Amino acid sequence: MTAGDAVHEPLLSVVEAATAYAPGPPVFEGVTFELGRGERLAVLGPNGGGKTTLFRLLLGELAPLAGSISAVGSFAYVPQTERSRLDYPVSALDVALMGTLSRLPWWRRPGRRERDFGRAALERVGLAEQADAQYGDLSGGQRQRVLVARALVQDAPILLLDEPYTGVDRPSEQLLDALLDELAAEGRGIVAATHDLEHARRWDRVLCLNHRMVAFGPPREVLTPAALAETYGHDIILLGDQEGLAILPPHHHH
Amino acid sequence: MHALVEPWQHGFMQRAALELTLIGVLSGVLGCWIILYELSYSAESLAHALFPGLVAAALLGLPLLAGAAVGLGGAALAIALSAAVPSVGRDTAVAIVITTLFGLGVLLALAPASPPGIQGLLFGDPLAVDPGDLVTAALLCALALAALAVLHRVLLATGFDRASARALGLHPLAIELALIGLIAIAILVAVQALGNLLVVAILVAPAATARALVRPLPAMMVVAGAVAVAGSIGGLYLSYYAGLAAGASIALVLVGVYLLAFTLGELRGRRASGAAKMRPAIIEAE
Repeated sequence: MTAGDAVHEPLLSVVEAATAYAPGPPVFEGVTFELGRGERLAVLGPNGGGKTTLFRLLLGELAPLAGSISAVGSFAYVPQTERSRLDYPVSALDVALMGTLSRLPWWRRPGRRERDFGRAALERVGLAEQADAQYGDLSGGQRQRVLVARALVQDAPILLLDEPYTGVDRPSEQLLDALLDELAAEGRGIVAATHDLEHARRWDRVLCLNHRMVAFGPPREVLTPAALAETYGHDIILLGDQEGLAILPPHHHH
Repeated sequence: MHALVEPWQHGFMQRAALELTLIGVLSGVLGCWIILYELSYSAESLAHALFPGLVAAALLGLPLLAGAAVGLGGAALAIALSAAVPSVGRDTAVAIVITTLFGLGVLLALAPASPPGIQGLLFGDPLAVDPGDLVTAALLCALALAALAVLHRVLLATGFDRASARALGLHPLAIELALIGLIAIAILVAVQALGNLLVVAILVAPAATARALVRPLPAMMVVAGAVAVAGSIGGLYLSYYAGLAAGASIALVLVGVYLLAFTLGELRGRRASGAAKMRPAIIEAE
């Protein structure tokens, strides 16, 4: 493959994908999108609309019922920090070093080189000083950044983030924003499930998901009141003109 | 001083202590994973499920390892089959299969025709350990500890977050099955000393004790191993001087130490960790 091909070939291509949890109706159907190098894709949708399920499908945890998925290289996954186990006995550095599992044979212990990688990744997310702190003692925003550091160590071409801005303080949010922009500038693909329209508006692509694909494309084309109403149903509130559109996510989890 | 030394003049006490040291070290390390993977109840079920296999092997004069493997396979199959019946839930299926298998094992073990040693599988007797048992225990413990050392990183990553483990190229199901296999080996080693009914005490109580006292995993493993060995030796003293059944004395001491550590941990307030655990994820403290 020449460098020229690599630029045009999408990192991730999903065509007419559908999936379901073992016995049950499909969680979503007809999802088609592409992610190019350096692109940031926001996945919008109500809770239970299929955002996390889409990630589980991409990670291979669920099998596709229909359609196809092709990806160049592997995924790094940043799960919802609210779901992580705070009582688990690991330090921030331990978590970051889990990322080396994808580059070292699984039976090998990380050596000095890998530990340096881990510390450098923590430094990049602004947590050099917290490397030896217990993960469960960190704040929500710091935990999110530790998980991003793990993804950095993993060094995958595609980064999946499940609601990275939920439960995150303002400084962490800004840091995370800058970091994701940097990673995209390096040519990685970023896919983030979010409720935040501001982020979706700033990013390159938006996918609206509510048990089926409502819309996919550049934010300017996709983020219309009609599409958002279809995506969120009754959970949407309109504030002022179209630019001031806001979404009120339901606070319960399914 | 004499009272402390006296029990060890007997060969059976020396062998018991050695056997329990082997079991204790393995249980300490493995127990931490059992606690972190929330497999305590599964370990208990596993012990009961492989009981008829053990008894059958003992009756037929086959190696206990083979009996345990067959018993385990049979239990897994029975659970899978009964869980497949739509009107029976998974939870119910496990409960029914485990109780049935355990009942079957007890029936065999306590049948008048069974040789007297077989009841030992139920309650255990560390004082009946012979040199051959020690060699087997040493080999199996070394094997299991080596496997745990090799699997350490993948166990840590998978237990932390299963979904990401897949993204890291791991196979969570295979890792969990490996862990369950190691628990089965530990049960097999410990069943002679502690018996099928009490084996879970040494697998779970020392690790739970360590968790109440220290946080980093390596420290937790060291403390759990030390508690398991010290508690077992303490149990042997109790048994020797109070004239109680050795297996039960050990279980009693281990659980007693856990209750003490738990109370101590709660009293200390576990300031940092407790505060972190109580804090909702939404509220930031930067």
